[in-house]
Amino acid sequence: MAGVEERPFPPGDYDVVVVGSGPGGLQTSYSLRALGVRHAVLSADEEPGGMFRRFPVFERLITWTKPDAPFERGTREYEWYDHNSLLAEEPEARALVPELMDRTSSMPSRPEMEAGLRAFAERTGLEIRYGCRWEGTRREDDGLVLVTSDGEYRCRAAVFAVGVTEPWKAPIPGVEEALHYTETGEPSRYAGQRVFIIGKRNSGFEVASGLLPWASQLVLASPRPVEYAILGRSVVRARYLEPLDEYSRGGAGAFVVDVAIERIERTGSGFRILTRGTTWPGELIFEAEQVLVATGFKTPLLDLPALGLATVADGRIPALTPFWESVSVPGVYFAGNASQGSPGLRKQGLASNSTSVNGFRYNAVVLARHLAETRFGVRAEPRKLERDEVVPYLLSELARAPELWVQKGYLARVLTFDGEIRDEGIVPLEHFVDEAGPDAVAVAIEMDGKATIYPAVYVRSSGRLVERALPSHPTHAFDSDDHRRELESVLGPLSR
Amino acid sequence: MPDGRDLADNLARLSLFADLTRPELEALAHTVDEEVFADGQRVLRTGLSGAGFFVILEGEASIQVDGETRWTLGPGDFFGEASVLTGEPPSADVVAKGLLRCIVVAGPDLERFLLERPHLLLRLLREEAHRLRTALEWRA
Repeated sequence: MAGVEERPFPPGDYDVVVVGSGPGGLQTSYSLRALGVRHAVLSADEEPGGMFRRFPVFERLITWTKPDAPFERGTREYEWYDHNSLLAEEPEARALVPELMDRTSSMPSRPEMEAGLRAFAERTGLEIRYGCRWEGTRREDDGLVLVTSDGEYRCRAAVFAVGVTEPWKAPIPGVEEALHYTETGEPSRYAGQRVFIIGKRNSGFEVASGLLPWASQLVLASPRPVEYAILGRSVVRARYLEPLDEYSRGGAGAFVVDVAIERIERTGSGFRILTRGTTWPGELIFEAEQVLVATGFKTPLLDLPALGLATVADGRIPALTPFWESVSVPGVYFAGNASQGSPGLRKQGLASNSTSVNGFRYNAVVLARHLAETRFGVRAEPRKLERDEVVPYLLSELARAPELWVQKGYLARVLTFDGEIRDEGIVPLEHFVDEAGPDAVAVAIEMDGKATIYPAVYVRSSGRLVERALPSHPTHAFDSDDHRRELESVLGPLSR
Repeated sequence: MPDGRDLADNLARLSLFADLTRPELEALAHTVDEEVFADGQRVLRTGLSGAGFFVILEGEASIQVDGETRWTLGPGDFFGEASVLTGEPPSADVVAKGLLRCIVVAGPDLERFLLERPHLLLRLLREEAHRLRTALEWRA
């Protein structure tokens, strides 16, 4: 390892400090650097990759990267087909994950993903102070002080990209005797065993799918039923539904049950799990050799709650504004997986898609620009449009903009009409809807309660906001003649 | 309220959920989302489609029409159901007054949410009747 003096970002004063070297930290630092914002990047790890250096346990991601797609690699449109690469301006740093895939699956393996992130850090020449652990935080004057294993860092704003990576067990009596998802280990150790898995979200189903060839019996249990009938809105990804398929066809090899777990007891050879039905009346007692707790993770917040940081979801996720700032502690921002703490407008119940790289890579780009503009007065000159460019441009965004398609209902393309027509870029829709300003239009992709995807247009004219849903289309061709006519009619005088 | 058990505990304290058994409360705590709003952040928006059903756990919210506060809501109060059940966008803004913590039921899920919990539905109906009566008395 290099000597301490050769490492970048020694303790001191910085405009922004970014904590973390996973995808969220890398994307934030890249985007801040592109805007010229002076910042330090600190990481407790020794190399980039964050959670992908260790997870998922069964080494296969749930988000696709398709090496061949209707658009060329390296184009903006291609990003929709590659949900795992980070974003860069320089061609040699774009779409790196597909280069590294062996095409066994359209979902990259964990090592392929980790290699993609490492390649991104190398090819963009990002500087990171590795082996520097954030240990505490305090307010001082107008800013923050981050106490680390290397010393103190003063900054005006801090971006925590520390993942949602701290194993979390639901508080069930006896749960301390059970293994967490992260401690699953080799599947062969479960050969011939009855395994009781607590949690029916992706990690629970991932483990269950991975253990199907080994365990003699699997039980997946949690209070909430699995919703998978509407695939586009299902929390659990289709590729993990194999245990549910087995259960729904009968037999006793796999059970997927809706129960509150009252207690876990040790027995001579394993465990007894006492449960009570949540969607049916009655009690069930299960016997199993192993209990695995797949109730998720929490954001490692350290002492931030003591500074007044509000959280949701059992204290696991910070509660955030549309620009990912803590709702209760100004100057504290989050990037990466924890940016799910801002759900957005939740129209028809659809929350932001910020728990995976495809969503939060865009958040980081938007966050960097927001920090540059609001805290450091750095504003890139917006592109100006001619009036006859407006409709074709908005239609092409609705048809293909990866930011809008990935962050449905959360990110929007915004144009302002204030003498000139300016492209204000990609903006959180909630911010647009709630802010006053000049005449403007925002376009977004949304999804209704039945998972129908449709384009939405928001026009702000003389301070009044009008919302209009445009028709859906079976092949998502939102730039059709019908859409053009409807968009022109919604824009009214703005398009003429 | 640091964890899921506590969310169930907190729900148990609200009159709307008073008839639910402990396992039902736990299922409920896993079914709803929790959200915290910053001071001044809008929760419900006049004229905007796709609203949800909110129940206040902590803090206060003001009901505003044209920027003017008409009413203040506190813990246990709920809003958004009129918009969801009629399919019409909200006719008022609801704005956080200080830090506001709510549970949220997504609009498309509300009908089933209520039908699966008839006692809750009855309590909701009683409250609606009470509100209607108050509104009529005001008008008189």
